[in-house]
Amino acid sequence: MAEPLFRPGERVRVLKAYPLGHVRTPFYIRGCTGVVERICGAFPNPEELAQMRDGLPPPPLYRVRFLQKDVWPDYANANDVLEVEIYQHWLEKT
Amino acid sequence: MSETGTYRPLTYFQLMEVSLRELLVEKGIVTEDEIAAEVEAMRKRGYERGARVVARAWIDPEYKKRLLANGTRACEELGLEVPALRLLVVENTPEVHNAIVCTLCSCYPRMLLGLPPEWYKSRNYRSRMAREPRAVLAEFGLHIAENVTIRVHDSTADMRYMVLPMRPAGTEGWSEERLASRVTRDSMIGVAVPKGPND
Repeated sequence: MAEPLFRPGERVRVLKAYPLGHVRTPFYIRGCTGVVERICGAFPNPEELAQMRDGLPPPPLYRVRFLQKDVWPDYANANDVLEVEIYQHWLEKT
Repeated sequence: MSETGTYRPLTYFQLMEVSLRELLVEKGIVTEDEIAAEVEAMRKRGYERGARVVARAWIDPEYKKRLLANGTRACEELGLEVPALRLLVVENTPEVHNAIVCTLCSCYPRMLLGLPPEWYKSRNYRSRMAREPRAVLAEFGLHIAENVTIRVHDSTADMRYMVLPMRPAGTEGWSEERLASRVTRDSMIGVAVPKGPND
């Protein structure tokens, strides 16, 4: 597995990108900022797998925690959170 | 067209599934019987395995620690075969209520909970559970106090999620089997909580 670029507790932003093809980063979370909750391991890149390639080396997969009010500006509760699995190449430092 | 239903031609993906299945059989990779047996096994699988895991975690704090640290290994410890399951178990507490959704498709811990309910796969649940979980939970009859944090898990990639609900009050001294009988499928998805004898 490639050395993870981010550590638990670190703030990260999801890229605001709209590539074609099979992508497992939900639209609603693109451009949002959250905190790494844990590193789940490394898994073959699904975007490559969908193109019949091997997806290797496997990118690290993170669980990122977002405050709901940072994802949906009109969300009422200040503490509710949303956690999403995101591959490393979709994340950048804030 | 018949009196009992409407004829619909196969969709693109249904046709692809049939073609692939027939090719696999033709090439001797699997047999018709093996496919039928697997489909039958999937249909029969309920949420009993998940309930067993929850009940064990309720009575054995050390097991609970191992379950939260590595869900897959903790299932194997109970003799449950969970191939291809990378399980994350998330614990409900008086401060945090967890709920599971897959906004992209319908990822679900089938090895522990069986086939997902129809509503879990619906566009309505999948979009609204991420956007307005409190409203969705209220529709399930679950009202979460504002001072309890709701943590929604969108299983978008390789992990699968199961909620470890809180043990209901009034079940002190109950056997593992009796406790397991209180654990519902919906409580392990996070849209309900298990009921105790006084609820």
